[in-house]
Amino acid sequence: MVDQPAAGAPLVPPMVAGIEETALMRASVAAAARPASERARRAARRGALAGRSAEAWLLLLPSIVLFATFTHIPIVSTLVDSFYSTPKVNRPAHFIGLSNYEDMFADPIFWKALVNNFIYALGTIPLSVGLALLMALFVNDRLPGRALLRMAYFTPTVLPMIAVANIWLFFYTPSYGLLDQIAAVFGGHATNWLGSQSTALFAIMVVTVWKEAGFFMIFYLAALQQIPPDLKEAAAIEGASRFTFFRRVTWPLLAPVTLFILVNAVINAFRTVDHIFIMTGGGPDNATNVLLFHIYEIGFKFWDQGYATALTMVLLAILGLLALVQFLTAGRKVHYQ
Amino acid sequence: MSAVDRSGPVTRALETGVAWALGLFWLAPLAYAIWTAFHPAAYATHFDLLAPLTLENLERAWHAAPFARYFLNTIILVVMIVGAQCVLCTLAAFAFARFEFRGRDLLFALVLIQLMIAPEILAVANYQTVRALGFVDTLFGVALPYLTSAFGIFLLRQAFLGVPKDLEEAARIEGCGTLGVLWRVYVPLARPIYLAYGLVQVSFHWNNFLWPLIITNSVETRPLTVGLSVFASADQGIDWSVITAATIMTSGPLLIGFLLFQRQFVQSFMRAGIR
Repeated sequence: MVDQPAAGAPLVPPMVAGIEETALMRASVAAAARPASERARRAARRGALAGRSAEAWLLLLPSIVLFATFTHIPIVSTLVDSFYSTPKVNRPAHFIGLSNYEDMFADPIFWKALVNNFIYALGTIPLSVGLALLMALFVNDRLPGRALLRMAYFTPTVLPMIAVANIWLFFYTPSYGLLDQIAAVFGGHATNWLGSQSTALFAIMVVTVWKEAGFFMIFYLAALQQIPPDLKEAAAIEGASRFTFFRRVTWPLLAPVTLFILVNAVINAFRTVDHIFIMTGGGPDNATNVLLFHIYEIGFKFWDQGYATALTMVLLAILGLLALVQFLTAGRKVHYQ
Repeated sequence: MSAVDRSGPVTRALETGVAWALGLFWLAPLAYAIWTAFHPAAYATHFDLLAPLTLENLERAWHAAPFARYFLNTIILVVMIVGAQCVLCTLAAFAFARFEFRGRDLLFALVLIQLMIAPEILAVANYQTVRALGFVDTLFGVALPYLTSAFGIFLLRQAFLGVPKDLEEAARIEGCGTLGVLWRVYVPLARPIYLAYGLVQVSFHWNNFLWPLIITNSVETRPLTVGLSVFASADQGIDWSVITAATIMTSGPLLIGFLLFQRQFVQSFMRAGIR
């Protein structure tokens, strides 16, 4: 009734699992015609499962090796290394207990970088997520020229952060940059946006928002397009205002996307430092230094890798906490739906 | 009646105005850089619609640093990473989606850790590993930690879970082995996901900076981003015409690709993010 493959001669390389698989398949096809012994079928099934699980591990092997080498083992070794001194040419690493951590707590630059990083996160995340939502609503709203608008909002996303940094460095240039030229029209004077301690971090944050808002917009846009149009029609019949519709229908439906975007935004706030290399180098006087940038400087400029691992532990703790929060809130989200 | 769809023309005009003001502000920095890159230095910071266009800045930038080599390095890097990811993530995603074995869920959770903790966060430990393996200052060393990806495995697993099991069984009866089923049934059905994932990863690795900065220290291995940063910081004085030209040049291929295939790009990013 079914075209069966030639018995015992599978076309693929004769892996054990492959043979058992075809055997199982034939058994189940045959079972439809005449009932086979229950025990024999179970045995075949058990054998097939063992073979399949070996196959699964083979498929996973390359990825597992890479993950272990570059994610899981490094997490453990970072923790271990943070209790050891930095190896020197004539003096290998030795156990120093909490000494790296004591240095860290006494390091004013660490505290500065940590505080900056939180200011950076708190300043950029609400703004870029809020703007992303606004952009998505605009673009979703069939305004004139929406394709062009969408392009304008999204373009920064495809640019390398290094290029973005150069572009904004130029944009910020005192008196020559577009910003100061515009300011001059309104009677403003030359400002060293990146060179002054009071404005540098803020100037960096603007760049981050510019780069990220269009990226987050895409996720909102995708979610908005999945809201069924009948909801809008029903609201129109009820005479709901646009604002009410947004507050009572759109915003709650967007909640899972907002959560997804927020998690990504937090990760990015601790991970994206490329523009700091170009625009300020962490200065002036560490005004724009953040955690990962500080780790880079300690680990790869001063080559104090023991201390750098202790700093990395702080970053890992922050991201671990985020993972925990996400895990807990993700459970809640399922509940609401 | 203040119905949703029939908001007054005033509101609508206002919304359009705000949307476009934001759009213009969003375009301004890039537009300013493009203006400067394609006009003589004399017009760098002063606007004149009649200013002559020029390719001289691009030409000077091209010769001022080994950009041809940097382009080659970036292209090799992107091809290597995205190619390896497509293969390795496919295999792993298939195992997670269609096999039952002990410890599968735990293993999957362990894989997802990489979504949070990217290889560059662990730069200190990973640098030591790459150095011990002897791959410092090689393109392979730059690519190595990124050859597989939790994100890719996650996306493809979702896609594979949506493939009807009947199709797989039919293929098995036709005599396909595991890899045959994967290649003939699952991969073709997940093609849009591959396109989406591929575009996102190409732009991510074209733009990646910190890890390549740490691993490379010569012209032969530097990708464009690192090359551009070295170029912009090294004694260019402040020749903005040339720096912006180099900047536009290095982002050019992605930018042009984006403008040409805007729909696909946007839809790809949507797909890659939502599922």
